[in-house]
Amino acid sequence: MNKRQREVLLDPLFNNNPISLQVLGICSALAVTTQLKTAMVMALAVTGVTALSNLSISLIRNMIPPSIRIIVQLTIIASLVIVCDQLLKAYMFEVSKQLSVFVGLIITNCIVMGRAEAFAMQNTPLDATLDGIGNGVGYSAVLLFVGFFRELLGSGKVYGLTILQPVTEGGWYTPNGLLVLAPGAFFLIAVFIWINRAWKPDQIEAAE
Amino acid sequence: MLEHYLSLATKAIFVENMALAFFLGMCSFLAVSKKVETAIGLGAAVTFVQAVTVPLNNVLYNVLLREGALTWISDDFATLDLSFLTFLTLIGTIAASVQVVEMVLDKYAPALYSALGVFLPLIAVNCAILGGSLFMVERDYNLAESTVFGVGSGVGWAMAVVALAAIREKMRYSNVPPQLRGLGITFIVTGLMALGFMAFAGIQL
Repeated sequence: MNKRQREVLLDPLFNNNPISLQVLGICSALAVTTQLKTAMVMALAVTGVTALSNLSISLIRNMIPPSIRIIVQLTIIASLVIVCDQLLKAYMFEVSKQLSVFVGLIITNCIVMGRAEAFAMQNTPLDATLDGIGNGVGYSAVLLFVGFFRELLGSGKVYGLTILQPVTEGGWYTPNGLLVLAPGAFFLIAVFIWINRAWKPDQIEAAE
Repeated sequence: MLEHYLSLATKAIFVENMALAFFLGMCSFLAVSKKVETAIGLGAAVTFVQAVTVPLNNVLYNVLLREGALTWISDDFATLDLSFLTFLTLIGTIAASVQVVEMVLDKYAPALYSALGVFLPLIAVNCAILGGSLFMVERDYNLAESTVFGVGSGVGWAMAVVALAAIREKMRYSNVPPQLRGLGITFIVTGLMALGFMAFAGIQL
């Protein structure tokens, strides 16, 4: 693996994170993170779909007519998502019920579409696959961060195991219900961006 | 009967707001909310496409994909279940309707067409649109319900994006910590708006 390929793989983690810098794929990042388990499954699904769609689009990139490329990309992505959805339904039925419409929404997840359009259309299959994995992992990092804190502070659990015994079960911890609800997710992503940018000051946006 | 539809519309617009309760269409929600004018354009386009695609997808789902839906061709198909093709069909309908809407507007309403500009084609990959159709399938709405739901959820999304744009226009005069500038503070504002919208929870007409 040469230097460029390593950059392609690792850059999306913190230097060019799909969620906190490229503003892609935010919808699902917020919706599936009330528990670490659903966040983890979603992260795996998106990483897999992004890597495979980048690979297949890159393989046929010279045969796609530019005028219909969006519909070709959408068809490839939709087919991959169907496979993913059927797998989840077969082997992890409970989780697939919890994720409800959000598995289907991977199709319009801008990370998949965005990387296909911006990277896979111009690069070789190997580079495109690495880019897909890298962006998937960058997305997963945010998802797991948000999922971990929402589950820990919102219901006192991590991955379904009780860590902070809640008052309702005879413990001492009063769960912060706000974090399980929609606004908590927004605040946590803002905190992630804040930490990321305090660490990498070159990502700070210019004043309007 | 009317009450049922009214209650569904209120639910789609306020209680289960696409953007603030289900986080759908967030990418364009954050990207085009810098100015009220463009936000209104995008909001109108989303409402319009949503009102067309949700009922259309409802018809397609019930006539072609649902288990046993193909009995109108022959009784042999009574056990045929094509619902695994749902995603592909929904996204195909959406991409096609966006294209048609674009051409119709270009021909008959050029003023509106140029106002919407680049947002119209982008709507095909807006997850609020696909989300609307997926919720319709999951909740088993009939044709009338899905029309109300489509329009309602579009209006709710449009309202949220216009409100956020108005807040961001004012924000230009405030002193935001540099690390939070831009995206970060927008998330916090959206979070506060979502908090406000939670006040509608539990409203039943």
